Amino acid sequence: MSTITRRQALGAAAGVTAALATAGAAQAIPVSQVSPVTPAPASPATPASADAPEPFDEVYRGRRIQGGASHDGGHGDGHHAGHGGGYSVRIDGEELHVMQNADGTWISVVNHYEPLATPRATARAAVVELQGADLVPLTLS
Amino acid sequence: MTVRKNQALLTADEKRRFVDALLALKRSGAYDAFVTTHNGFIMSDTDGGPRVGHRSPSFLPWHRRFLIEFEQALQSVDPSVSLPYWDWTADRTAASSLWAADFLGGTGRARDGQVMDGPFSAASGAWPITVRVDGRGYLRRALGANGVQLPTRAEVDSVLAIPAYDAPPWNSASDGFRNHLEGWRGVNLHNRVHVWVGGQMATGVSPNDPVFWLHHAFVDRLWIEWGERHPDSPYLPAIGTADVVDLRGTMRPWDDVTPADMLDHTPHYTYDAAA
Repeated sequence: MSTITRRQALGAAAGVTAALATAGAAQAIPVSQVSPVTPAPASPATPASADAPEPFDEVYRGRRIQGGASHDGGHGDGHHAGHGGGYSVRIDGEELHVMQNADGTWISVVNHYEPLATPRATARAAVVELQGADLVPLTLS
Repeated sequence: MTVRKNQALLTADEKRRFVDALLALKRSGAYDAFVTTHNGFIMSDTDGGPRVGHRSPSFLPWHRRFLIEFEQALQSVDPSVSLPYWDWTADRTAASSLWAADFLGGTGRARDGQVMDGPFSAASGAWPITVRVDGRGYLRRALGANGVQLPTRAEVDSVLAIPAYDAPPWNSASDGFRNHLEGWRGVNLHNRVHVWVGGQMATGVSPNDPVFWLHHAFVDRLWIEWGERHPDSPYLPAIGTADVVDLRGTMRPWDDVTPADMLDHTPHYTYDAAA
């Protein structure tokens, strides 16, 4: 287990608040504790992909994470359309399947049930979850 | 008749038969086909596009049909087996008998999340993770390690009190019972349990962990409870709605079953009385 500071573990993803529970936890690095945004009842049914998030490119805990508009629509590996709104995320060059929720939050295939505020936060959460493992391309049935 | 029982009340023999049937499906390849199907829907169900298995009204009937199919596969191995359910409002810690070495095994070790005991540990050699999103081929868990708590009975009751089954826009932004149970909105029931377990259960390939079935059997049971509390609340939407499955629309991947067909579970199984 690498030792990192809380500040490093949490990063600085906007809108992400941390509630740490480190006592004896098997993975003592909670990525984040996100209270899902409760959207107004009139929230749009279509993700706000018009407001594409900022691109990013950084090394996080030894992994290169990148995000930005995808030239192939983000589904170059036979993925279905529409999930990322044309925004794709990569970890060490391998695509991380991401999806934007209707309230603007994001999930990925390795953190599917816990929405985070931004694709960068989702990529960082995936790095923590992977514990050094490589992503593998998925083939859908 | 198939009776689904609270996992906490299973006998040693019932646990052994359930585990053995799981291992047999794993050996035959049938198990991994269920993982593949689930992940395909996880990745393709979107809030702004077609959605069937998740983030949509058919979340509940889709998983009901998925579990029936899985239960039938188990019964093709051992007709005495039924799916147990995990009442996570009651069995709330990693010390529950659910996680003992004679049943599902426990949490993962800190170094790599690897489950080290029980029939599904890598050491057992009987549970390779083949349908996966990363290079790791062993079952992983981090029970309660994310700082989240499992839902309480009071939280469940607050969701069961919601009278409307679902509501526009029929996705993860919806108000109504289905989305609160699924967890994209409100106190968060179903999604939070996936996060609490961690490991593969937190990913699109969550059925890699056998607890997936016990979790979803309890979610299914909560749908029944809700129906008993709101006998006049129908499945919604009733008629054609873009991208979602209405009451009489067919559900992929089966294409021969509708939510209407799934409203009554009793032809297929019943639940024990123990809550």
